[in-house]
Amino acid sequence: MSALLRLHNVSKTFRGLSAVTSVSLAVEPGAIVALIGPNGAGKTTLFNLVAGALRPDSGEIHFNGARIDGLRPDQVCGAGIGRTFQIVKPFAGLSVLDNVVVGALKRATGVAEAKRHGANIIAQLGLRPKGDWPASALTLPDQKRLEVARALATRPKLLLLDEVMAGLRPTECDEMVALFREINRREGLTILLVEHVMRAIMALADSVLVLHHGEVIAQDAPAQVVRNPAVLDCYLGEDTEL
Amino acid sequence: MNRGVQHYTLSIPTKGEFIDFIVLANVLVSGVLTGLVYGLMALGLSVIFGVARVVNFAHGELMAVSMYAAALSFAAFGVDPFLAAAPVAVVFFVFGYMFQSTVIQPFITRPDHAQFILLLAVAIIITNSLLIVFGPDARSVRLDYLLESIELGPLLIDRGKLYAALVACGAAAALFAFFRLTLTGAAIRACADSWLGAKVTGLNVKRLYALTFGLGTACVAVAGCMMILLVDLTPGLGPAYTLLAFVIVIVGGLGSMNGALVGGVLIGVSEALAGLLLAPSAKSMFSFALLIIVLLLRPRGLLGEKL
Amino acid sequence: MNPRAAYLLAALSALLLVLPLVADSYLISLATLILYLAYTGQAWNLMMGFAGQLSLGHALYLGVGAYGAAALYHHFGIGPWAGMWLAIGLSVSLAASLGFLAFRYGISGVYFTLLTIAFAEFARIGFDHFNWVGGSGGLFLKVAQRDQIDIFNLRGTPVMFYYVMLALAAGAFALCAWCLQSRPGYYWRAIRENEEAAEALGIDALRWKMLAIVSSAAMTALAGVFWAFYYNNLFPEQIFSIGRSIEIILGPIIGGIGTLAGPILGAALLTLIADGATELVAALGWDVPGVKQLIYGIILFAVVVFLPQGIWPALARKLNLSK
Repeated sequence: MSALLRLHNVSKTFRGLSAVTSVSLAVEPGAIVALIGPNGAGKTTLFNLVAGALRPDSGEIHFNGARIDGLRPDQVCGAGIGRTFQIVKPFAGLSVLDNVVVGALKRATGVAEAKRHGANIIAQLGLRPKGDWPASALTLPDQKRLEVARALATRPKLLLLDEVMAGLRPTECDEMVALFREINRREGLTILLVEHVMRAIMALADSVLVLHHGEVIAQDAPAQVVRNPAVLDCYLGEDTEL
Repeated sequence: MNRGVQHYTLSIPTKGEFIDFIVLANVLVSGVLTGLVYGLMALGLSVIFGVARVVNFAHGELMAVSMYAAALSFAAFGVDPFLAAAPVAVVFFVFGYMFQSTVIQPFITRPDHAQFILLLAVAIIITNSLLIVFGPDARSVRLDYLLESIELGPLLIDRGKLYAALVACGAAAALFAFFRLTLTGAAIRACADSWLGAKVTGLNVKRLYALTFGLGTACVAVAGCMMILLVDLTPGLGPAYTLLAFVIVIVGGLGSMNGALVGGVLIGVSEALAGLLLAPSAKSMFSFALLIIVLLLRPRGLLGEKL
Repeated sequence: MNPRAAYLLAALSALLLVLPLVADSYLISLATLILYLAYTGQAWNLMMGFAGQLSLGHALYLGVGAYGAAALYHHFGIGPWAGMWLAIGLSVSLAASLGFLAFRYGISGVYFTLLTIAFAEFARIGFDHFNWVGGSGGLFLKVAQRDQIDIFNLRGTPVMFYYVMLALAAGAFALCAWCLQSRPGYYWRAIRENEEAAEALGIDALRWKMLAIVSSAAMTALAGVFWAFYYNNLFPEQIFSIGRSIEIILGPIIGGIGTLAGPILGAALLTLIADGATELVAALGWDVPGVKQLIYGIILFAVVVFLPQGIWPALARKLNLSK
């Protein structure tokens, strides 16, 4: 089975500081992979490199058989990658539904079709009663759901989730996890997520990648990773309970 | 020009004539002196725009008000603009401080263009108020003791321009000293570097922004009192000077006080040259061309930091 | 659409259609001016309200459009319906250059606005020296008999011009209404709200911003053609001036950026108030230039400070006209 997303020796330096150093990884289609590591480890940089917001200094990124490093973010979306942002970026002046319609327009032939698809997605994420609200009126958890809905509306093959669980209560977190598992199961959506919330990672991820100082220091199933001494050392801590 | 002095010719052909080297030199000197006054005006904007982050689209209009203030005090009370500069500057400082803290302050969190339009409205109000109160006729201030030019070798320097430029340099020096040598000045520079950092370290950012705006306005006040000696005053000067100030600040480099002065001199000289070599009405065309080029090729200007 | 709004729109349309039958020539010229401001405001609104780019140099497109069509008519006798293609072509090229330069070089915010001003000022001074179209002395079109309507050459009565402007304004309104509900509208508003998020959703921001700028310029150029044939004289100082650019933006800002009715409401409000003020001042026996502009400035100030969304959104809520 060839990987859906493949990074090969990708590096990125900012003003002399190496944010990502020769990272290679592969994500199989239909898999859910978590990216963890301490702050400053390079996780969001890696996301931005895949999503086209940044250009790697060296290395290659392949998606679905084609090379995507160097493409613009909108071209990367066209290739089939959707993403959320760590700090949510809703279209504040538009309604919740319109926010998602913008995303849906990527693959839809017209506004009517986009609206239908959008309404569908909103319902899936439990935002239907708030469809007409201005996006600025939503609570943070709802804005996060909106962020996810918007990205899903573009019908991606790979979804990049950037700390989407942060700030959610445990029950809300569980709801999100259930949603992602459902979409992954039903449509085979591949997910790469950056997370700090271990509860979500343990429940969702097939495989966990650990990043530290811009390098991959471990890649394993969740149960193995949390026992990895190097990982415990740099990130999780000795008394980690899960 | 014929005073028994040797004529040097420089082969700058314009419309088939050759330019006398001395004429060129005099024009350059004149441009530099005028440019220093421009520089002071731009310094005010650099401080306001660069530090307090206010897109002061009413900058030139404030200068026009200052020019009217100087013209009025001269006409009504015979006060020399050189003397009027200080009290006018104080009044402008107070006005600037209050204006920033009451009107502009709430706009800091609003989108950029809102602030821009606010100041545009202020500019329109000022220009037309001046037009209504003073009428469209030109005014000027002529001081007897400035009529005689100063001879410096073969050069003939306009006394008024020289004194105005000296005052401009003095005011600029005072401002530089304030920023370098006082605690408040350092605090303001800290604000400019990092708004959040300044807040976190306990600096009263609101008060500092207001202070900065006041200082910038005071600069404009002094510049205006000097400018009245160099040009004739009409209400329409405001918008022209606003644009000129922005051109200078951008060419010189946003956030660089030195840049404002250097930019001012550069524009002063290029205007003078354009006036000499092309048609006088084309001189601002040159400034705009320079603005476009700088924006495209080097947006941080000559001395500004990397954007 | 909200039924009350639809009713209001129908009533307004009917009124505008029959106006020349009941109004005197002064009122007709006033109405033409309002429609002209509503039209140019709508064109500017496309770029600002939809794509979020503040242009203070729209007089450039107005002037180039006007001079383009006027020069063709003056020198070669080519009528405005053919000449407008040159007008639009020139404006579009200028807008495309400006847009390309700005976006390619990453110029945004106040720098972008200054760039638009610089372009317009450059044109103003340039045309002052452009003697083939009259230079600073101006370009004058032959004024034909006012009671003969020659729509082919846009020569005719004020009523004819009123209906031409009405058609343009109605067309602009329809276009913007359609835009809002279609892909360009969604994409432009997304870019305006958050360009980074828009790109992540597959929107090529550069291409769409260019489209906004170019469309806005093309529409404004048409207004320029109208101007040239309506007033029959063109001066660079007048048509390229920053005052003209400001005049264009006042309506939409006061009425409401990004809304459909905003530019129209703004144009009507400003023109009527200004006219009223001028009448008042004249009645009092004063001859004071600048009163009109002062009032514009005060209204603009008040709106920006107290009603940042513009008058229309608040009014629509009050009258229960929003969806």
